[in-house]
Amino acid sequence: MSLLQTQGLTKTFAGLTAVEDVALRVAPGEVHALIGPNGAGKSTLVGMIAGRIEATRGQVVFDGRDVTALPAHKRIRMGLAYTFQITAIYARLSLADNIALALGSPDRGAARAALDRVGLTECEDQLAGDLSYGHQRLLEIAMGVAQSPRLLILDEPTQGLAESEIANFNRLIRELAGDTTILLIEHNMNVVMELAERITVLDMGRVLATGLPAEIQSDARVQAAYLGVSDAEA
Amino acid sequence: MSETGKIWALHLALIAALIVAGLVLPAYHQGNLARILVLATYAVGYNLLFGYTGLLSLGHAMFFGAGMYGLGLAMQHGDVSALPAFVIGLICAAVLAAVVALLALRTIGVAFMIVTLMFAQSAFLTVLYFGEWTRGDEGFVLQQATRQIAGVDLSEPTNRYYAALILFSAALLITLKLVRARFGRVLVAIRENEERTRMLGYDCFRHKFLAVVLSGTLSGAAGAAYGLLFGYVGASFTGVQYSIFPLLWVLLGGAGTVIGPFVGALFMFYLIDYASGWTSAYMLIAGAVLVALTLFAPLGLMGELRKRWLRWLP
Repeated sequence: MSLLQTQGLTKTFAGLTAVEDVALRVAPGEVHALIGPNGAGKSTLVGMIAGRIEATRGQVVFDGRDVTALPAHKRIRMGLAYTFQITAIYARLSLADNIALALGSPDRGAARAALDRVGLTECEDQLAGDLSYGHQRLLEIAMGVAQSPRLLILDEPTQGLAESEIANFNRLIRELAGDTTILLIEHNMNVVMELAERITVLDMGRVLATGLPAEIQSDARVQAAYLGVSDAEA
Repeated sequence: MSETGKIWALHLALIAALIVAGLVLPAYHQGNLARILVLATYAVGYNLLFGYTGLLSLGHAMFFGAGMYGLGLAMQHGDVSALPAFVIGLICAAVLAAVVALLALRTIGVAFMIVTLMFAQSAFLTVLYFGEWTRGDEGFVLQQATRQIAGVDLSEPTNRYYAALILFSAALLITLKLVRARFGRVLVAIRENEERTRMLGYDCFRHKFLAVVLSGTLSGAAGAAYGLLFGYVGASFTGVQYSIFPLLWVLLGGAGTVIGPFVGALFMFYLIDYASGWTSAYMLIAGAVLVALTLFAPLGLMGELRKRWLRWLP
């Protein structure tokens, strides 16, 4: 059975169809990557899954329950966590306070452990807004992980991270995989190929292909749409 | 001393200092301080919504007025004695706040300011419309004989001072407890980033609704106490000026600090008091000081203190 399943999920903005008829299945414990060119509708799709964006049509089923009509905060409480593409942390609060809000409790030990997982322990009393951009991304990821979600949605988590931080991130995701199901929007193909067990390619709001990384890599339509037309011609 | 220890020590020391002040201050200043304490209670209520939740209301005078008229009309026309009338005032403010919250919280930002302003104007006009009972602009005086609780004459200056202090202390300690609890942390989270807070699984609407109701009820308690302690109920207390005052006090004292509202109300009251002793253009002096404070201490007096030295200040 899938942990997450969408059927006919569609979003139109004033006549423009951003996401059309998407059927997505994410199995429990897998790392599922969502890729596609800019403007393909990836963020809109996960927005509808998380409840940030209201679906025009279609259905979202999480853990066997139709959550389409459920407000975001209730979906989160069912075990879904969401990290924003544009960093959304509490800039004027300390790192420890940021994590405490994600945990839902002021447990300092748990906060330290969560920061430790992304390598931010030494600055727990610092204001989040004083961190570098890359570290803010890591804090955001830590907040997602701290919620111990069953499904963790990461929207371009490695954007702005240094190579060494990306290696750290990959290690973290591999640690989580198995227990936590991960839906990952990612542009960095190295990260996708290293982490993803299955990949869904989105183009112009539609699912172009779903499959194992090797299948996706060799799919001519995907190469045409995403990896560059010249490869497909060759 | 632990952080929690320091926090309680500071706030209890303030209350202790105010208890002593009631004994040693000359009558004139004792009277001023009684008034400041009631107004500071109003500001404490305002701060819960503005300072902690980040919702700027321009209509809090309606809650202050609901408390004042709830008490005043019950005493004047219903022959209700002071304590139950005070409770009626609280209930009026709480109910009004709940209704306004349900409607106004459908908006955010500037729209929220406008909607609260409009509701308050309607409340003000309602007071004038029912002039037969409210005596409109002229207002009415509560008879001295009725202004007592459990045999204590609240029109007597020292009694009045300590009644005001009890009210203020209760509001201060309730707020302190609240903002340090999970509820208060979530309010701050909503202020800082509502969308993030929602996506951490918090019901933002429920929290904002409760914040408006609590803030309105505290403001109403201040309004009811003002009527009871100073014996006068009038439409000017529901006017737009009385919606702006708590905003000013909170900004001056430090939005989102527990003692900021008191500091702001005290500062502003005595600023105007002293300035009017020197010149009839005292509002010019008050204005200049306000501009200077906004320039050099944009976080308010306690806000700057927290930023520079007292990181632990709640």
